[in-house]
Amino acid sequence: MARVDTTTNAGQLLAAASGGRRRVGDRVFSNTAVIAAVTILALLAGVAIFLFAEGLPAVTASASELPEGKTFIDYVAPLAFGTVLAAALAAIVAVPLAVAAALFLTHIAPPRLALTLGYLVDLLAAIPSIVYGLWGIFVLGPAAVPVMKWLEETLGFIPIFEGPASTTGRTMFVAGLVLAVMILPIVSAVAREVFSQTPRKLQEGALALGATRWEMIRMTVLPFGKSSVISGAMLGLGRALGETMAVTIILSVSGIVTFNLISQANPSTIAANIALDFPESSGLAINALIATGLVLFAITLVTNFAARAVIARQNIE
Amino acid sequence: MAVARGILPSWAPYGAFAGAALLSAVVLLAAGSFTIALTLVFAVLVSCVGLYAWSRAVEGSRRAKDRVVTLAIASAFGLAMIPLLSLIFEVAKRGIPGLSVEFFTDSARGVVNGGGAAHAILGTLIITGVAVLISVPIGLMAAIYLTEYGTGKLRRALTFFVDVMTGIPSIVAGLFAYALFEIFFGPGIRLGVMGSLALSVLMIPIVIRSAEEVLKIVPNHLREAAYALGTPKWKTITKIVLPTAFAGLVTGVMLATARIVGETAPLLVTTGVIDSINTDPFNGRMQNLAVYAYNEYRSPGVMKQASYDRAWAAALTLIAIVMILNVLARFVYRRYRTEIR
Repeated sequence: MARVDTTTNAGQLLAAASGGRRRVGDRVFSNTAVIAAVTILALLAGVAIFLFAEGLPAVTASASELPEGKTFIDYVAPLAFGTVLAAALAAIVAVPLAVAAALFLTHIAPPRLALTLGYLVDLLAAIPSIVYGLWGIFVLGPAAVPVMKWLEETLGFIPIFEGPASTTGRTMFVAGLVLAVMILPIVSAVAREVFSQTPRKLQEGALALGATRWEMIRMTVLPFGKSSVISGAMLGLGRALGETMAVTIILSVSGIVTFNLISQANPSTIAANIALDFPESSGLAINALIATGLVLFAITLVTNFAARAVIARQNIE
Repeated sequence: MAVARGILPSWAPYGAFAGAALLSAVVLLAAGSFTIALTLVFAVLVSCVGLYAWSRAVEGSRRAKDRVVTLAIASAFGLAMIPLLSLIFEVAKRGIPGLSVEFFTDSARGVVNGGGAAHAILGTLIITGVAVLISVPIGLMAAIYLTEYGTGKLRRALTFFVDVMTGIPSIVAGLFAYALFEIFFGPGIRLGVMGSLALSVLMIPIVIRSAEEVLKIVPNHLREAAYALGTPKWKTITKIVLPTAFAGLVTGVMLATARIVGETAPLLVTTGVIDSINTDPFNGRMQNLAVYAYNEYRSPGVMKQASYDRAWAAALTLIAIVMILNVLARFVYRRYRTEIR
């Protein structure tokens, strides 16, 4: 970084030392850059201010004025629950698979094959969410019906598989699986990055001492990558929290609060609720939806900051 | 600890898996509950157990564990790839019946059932195009600020808030655009440009991050050489730094475009639904492919299957656009990047 400072200073000195015509060009260009930076900060402030201004009326309104005749807190709580449940389910499924995929690509597959397969994983991230939604409702949902029936029959004593199992596949279980597929490439990319940076001398040292490949991975690669994987998982979680279309299309919602993953009655999520209700809403209902959007923004912010805090702590160490 | 006595042949893991798959298929056929998915599940489980037993007998417990974990990790990777393969296969299979010349040339104006998606395709191109026009100058200049000018508080604030911006859920970006325009134009406003603004909120941080990456790797000795010749800083940036990073910048913009072109949620709340072609982003509602696909699925007409076909055809078109942008981006990078020594 010291070098950058030197050149910056040199550039400024030269600019100061040279003629006025040059200084005009420099001033215009650097001011444009500063304006762009300030515009972005203003845009973000705008996001917060306008959402707040439009959401506030709903938060302060009495229960009778709001949709469903509930106070705002009672309105948003089940939605927040559904949002967190769907995202948590996605993370629980996706993180182990993503870590395994990253290990496979960095340490097990032959390098040339790994390059091609790596593109395929990245491709998962490029597919639009609407397509995931259609795939979930038309392909994965029907395919999951017998699985959910089996879960109800064999593991029905666990509350989350209590059933009665849905016959359409429009359940939290399927929505969680689709979200898992969507966040897998994000978590996997972070894990791949850090796994491939594991110091070579550690890996070779372990192998030289007679460790098998798995013992080497367990003793060097996994401890080295642990905190990055955690932060990657939280980035994925943040993405799953805000994901809209896949959940909107797949879930059949009933606004209840339940951990039962495979039945026909599911809690909705904040994002899906906005997508479903917004086009047909007016008046205070719109303000209520915007206020729930603000709550969603807050939840994702907290998750993302937690992820960054994990990375920052690791960097200090 | 037992010393390893021998070593399995190199085909052992593949052989174990093939044998287990065959065994599972036969048993499941006999039990009358054969499906490909179930066979694969059993094949993985059986081959793990079988390989462990075999390797433990020949090579000892530590190598046996290594082999099983390797097989399990490879299987997990295979499992993670199944959705991608299934998705591409299904979208192609279900999307092709809905494709026709009409799909690309006609709008759905005045048609009760059917019609094309020309209005949606045009809308997608216009909304995305305007979003790119907003995002690229702002994002690029901000990245130049961060790498070439930025110091002190503003730089730190910008870095921090670009991070915050990356985490904005797409539907929240849509709500922002709506909230902003509602204040000036009243409730129920729907415009193409509102969608572009929402997409820009999502695109700007991606553009900044990728541009920052490529500008950072332009070597300092190029800048120093330019300064030594008395070149002003702004000319150094426009004539030396940007051309050196050009391929990377273009690739970054294309990938960012690919990321936003299929966004549905922010457009659902900002651009509205319409059946006819509208090419003016500042006037009236504007349809787009993603919302079109959603609506064809959500409110199918009397001929349900035809609507679903159109939804899948729109999905296929979207995927094709995303793929083309991705391939083009890689091509541009390979073909035009500057070798930096």
